[in-house]
Amino acid sequence: MSVAEINKNEVDIVIGALNADLTQFLSSWRTFFSGFHLIVVKDPELKEELNIPEGFDVDVYTKTDMEKVLGSTNSTMFSGYSCRYFGYLVSKKKYIVSIDDDCVPAKDPQGFLVDAVSQHVINLETPATPLFFNTLYDPYCEGADFVRGYPFSLRSGVPCAASCGLWLNLADLDAPTQALKTEQRNTSYVDAVMTVPAKAMLPISGINIAFNRELVGPALVPALRLAGEGKVRWETLEDVWCGMCLKHISDHLGYGVKTGKPYVWRNERGDAVESLRKKWEGMKLMEKSVPFFESLKLPESALKVEDCVIELAKAVKEQLGSDDPAFTQAADAMVKWIQLWNSVNSSG
Amino acid sequence: MAQLYYSMKPTPMLKDELDIVIPTIRNLDFLERWRPFFEQYHLIIVQDGDPSKAIKIPEGFDYELYNRNDINRILGSKASCISFKDSACRCFGYMVSKKKYIYTIDDDCFVAKDPSGKEINALEQHIKNLLSPSTPDFFNTLYDPYRDGADFVRGYPFSMREGAITAVSHGLWLNIPDYDAPTQLVKPLERNSRKFDFSLRYVDAVMTIPKGTLFPMCGMNLAFDRELIGPAMYFGLMGDGQPIGRYDDMWAGWCVKVICDHMGWGVKTGLPYIWHSKASNPFVNLKKEYNGIFWQEEAIPFFQSVTLPKECTSVQQCYLELARLVKEKLGKVDPYFNKLAVEMVTWIEAWEELNSPKGTEAKAPNGKKK
Repeated sequence: MSVAEINKNEVDIVIGALNADLTQFLSSWRTFFSGFHLIVVKDPELKEELNIPEGFDVDVYTKTDMEKVLGSTNSTMFSGYSCRYFGYLVSKKKYIVSIDDDCVPAKDPQGFLVDAVSQHVINLETPATPLFFNTLYDPYCEGADFVRGYPFSLRSGVPCAASCGLWLNLADLDAPTQALKTEQRNTSYVDAVMTVPAKAMLPISGINIAFNRELVGPALVPALRLAGEGKVRWETLEDVWCGMCLKHISDHLGYGVKTGKPYVWRNERGDAVESLRKKWEGMKLMEKSVPFFESLKLPESALKVEDCVIELAKAVKEQLGSDDPAFTQAADAMVKWIQLWNSVNSSG
Repeated sequence: MAQLYYSMKPTPMLKDELDIVIPTIRNLDFLERWRPFFEQYHLIIVQDGDPSKAIKIPEGFDYELYNRNDINRILGSKASCISFKDSACRCFGYMVSKKKYIYTIDDDCFVAKDPSGKEINALEQHIKNLLSPSTPDFFNTLYDPYRDGADFVRGYPFSMREGAITAVSHGLWLNIPDYDAPTQLVKPLERNSRKFDFSLRYVDAVMTIPKGTLFPMCGMNLAFDRELIGPAMYFGLMGDGQPIGRYDDMWAGWCVKVICDHMGWGVKTGLPYIWHSKASNPFVNLKKEYNGIFWQEEAIPFFQSVTLPKECTSVQQCYLELARLVKEKLGKVDPYFNKLAVEMVTWIEAWEELNSPKGTEAKAPNGKKK
């Protein structure tokens, strides 16, 4: 699969605008966003007008659009980093690529700018291999293959549901870690894409992610909100929760999740020590989530993604609801999300 | 306690705690290239094939050498578990070693260079891998969080950040990749490289293979904690008189991973790279692998579904239980598996004999040190 073979009409690039001025961001991505349709979703809590440079094929969605769809003035489901999910909801394309608005293209070790969009699409278009680990990583990329001992029956792989990219410079570390290692920046470019094995859990970051919307769109749930969730990633967990749901559902349905390239360069923003000052309940919630997902078994009868989300929401409410109100809210949000998804996508 | 060593600088050499096991049938000239890295370690050479042949070993290395006569003498009737005319015989070296760690390498593997041109000290990297924890219970997207410059990512549960003890460090290869015969036949010229500039694909990462996931373990560049997992590192029945070859390390890898998962230990893969220089003949390989290609389709679902009872609290107990299950479930695939199951038990018996306090005297090898 090469860059030349990508069908740009199958892709929406969804950007959640937490910053009003997108000039620098979009200008830096211009080469790689060119020819693609963009969906920019403005954080409903952002007061200033968005500043978007010329020359992009872009549709902008704001609080008003959210209220039309939600049928009420309650747009908290899509506030902050979760605004991008509104873009996932209204998109009509097969693939979504989503990058945080404080990231610019990274350079690979040869000095070339990384075309993150194309790499994500290539990842999504080639099979994943979750059932057996290939020690040379992605067997479908050029110059690699399955190694000796890899069962032949598993070599056609399974559909890839999501492509989780990485970050140079400011890695996606949590506040305590970054606060402890204030100077640490990620300078390590690991030249690989690999499939995260089935049943393995991982923290999926929303900073640089792509997914097959047709396959698993409803599974990307804007559900878990921290009390006092902030406008820096250190003060959120929505993507990590979403990722746990997505991985579990993908495993259940026999799809794969890839991780690795592409890298983006994440600009300096925020203050980890400041974020640390806030009461950081994310840690507690993750601890409770892990044993839940580890032991969770979705019913065999859940064959559609929407049904999987509903079943998951039920289980969250039953098993985690009493632990923390955030979980009950997450379960309710997941159900609401599916209702929204069905209503928006049946009329579209 | 060993876990604290990983942050020590420089990395401890462990020269009195690690043996290098090398199977060979010809000469060990390749050691000359490894001299700066291996000279301070004790080598265990397992000579396969004709025992009357003299193996030439470069001067200055501290080694013990075992040929087939030694294996027969030391193990007696139990020598039946050690393969003949196959590099699988290397596991005899694991059995006779007295050290905590083993590094095993093939005699066609040389020192590789990293992208900056610097020679890679493979042994040092393996030691780093073994001395630092693994993370089998939750995947870290920045790979090994204990490496310099890395860490756990946002969302990684804090309760899991101490990690698990590392039992195995599986290294990789630049140049000739470890492909099976059919792939070699289709892609005879492929090297572990990129298409456009032929630069070698050096993936600068070490990672833990998640719990519950199997992988194809290659014995070309492999290190492990012998005290922990040694008894499970049986490389099976291959070579002369056997219907299969080139599945020795695969078999060991499946057994080892199942047992490590059961015991809560980690298996790492990735760095270090060595330079694999020799592509073996794909037609010869195809004949050796032929049965394996079909049998692995049965073996893998078997290993994927194995549950070891919680009463199995030692590696030996786990392994004996595995042997029993191999006979029960795979025996019907081919009588070979019945034989293999028997020899898996023989291996454990031999291991116990040699590694119990009184078993150590009988082991004097044929070839001596410097």
